[in-house]
Amino acid sequence: MIVPLTHVLILAGIIFLMGLSCAIAWRSNLIMILIGIEIMLNAAMLAFVGGGAYWKLVDGQVFSLVIMALTSSEVSLALSMVVYLHRRKRTVNSDEFSAMKG
Amino acid sequence: MEQIFFYILAAVVVIATLMAITARHTVHAIIYLATSFFALAAIFYLLGAPLVAVFEVIIYAGAIMVLFLFVIMMLDTGKWEKAHGPTFAQWWPALLLGVITFGAMFALFTVKTPESLAGWSYIDARQFSLILFKRYGVAVEVISLQLLFALVGALYLGRRKKQ
Repeated sequence: MIVPLTHVLILAGIIFLMGLSCAIAWRSNLIMILIGIEIMLNAAMLAFVGGGAYWKLVDGQVFSLVIMALTSSEVSLALSMVVYLHRRKRTVNSDEFSAMKG
Repeated sequence: MEQIFFYILAAVVVIATLMAITARHTVHAIIYLATSFFALAAIFYLLGAPLVAVFEVIIYAGAIMVLFLFVIMMLDTGKWEKAHGPTFAQWWPALLLGVITFGAMFALFTVKTPESLAGWSYIDARQFSLILFKRYGVAVEVISLQLLFALVGALYLGRRKKQ
């Protein structure tokens, strides 16, 4: 381990909080909410890899691979949903999509 | 030497992510985010995970960010975004939550710090794939099913209705 685990975890925490702030502050833009979720998942991956390096286990890296697969499927579904919603109302403003009837 | 690299890369990641979440235009945010992911991949390599670093560059910076760029350019929402960035009224709850959570985390780490273990763990592709396919074989199957579901769902949502 080249740096203390605390520093890795603090870095992951900072990245996670920035993603959270992005998702909260840009809550009227669907694409920026997705970007915030991406940043948060990256922070989780960093925490997993840091833990794996600390305890010298491969499992942390395996779980970060699982997170990566989860993210790619989530992004493809969510972006196709954004395209669908944009086709319906011509906007990505999340406040516009408040009705169930399509 | 590696320690200095780690802190430099950590600074790059934090600054690039900060620029990404404050950029007025979504395309700029995506470019900054790709920078941040490249630096994060280098951090993964420094932490002894070369395979995860490679996947980070290929999948995150390569595939997912390009997917975002395609969708943003296809939808062409630049004008609306320029006019509707977050104001301070939308930023302050996020800032408040962030500062409180960061303070709690910092207090936690100053009270109890885990000591660093000696030695350098470097896990190459052989060890990684042995564990992945021996111990987590079921997880690989579940992931492949999940990717198939995502593919079918994206195809269903993206098709055009015939007039």
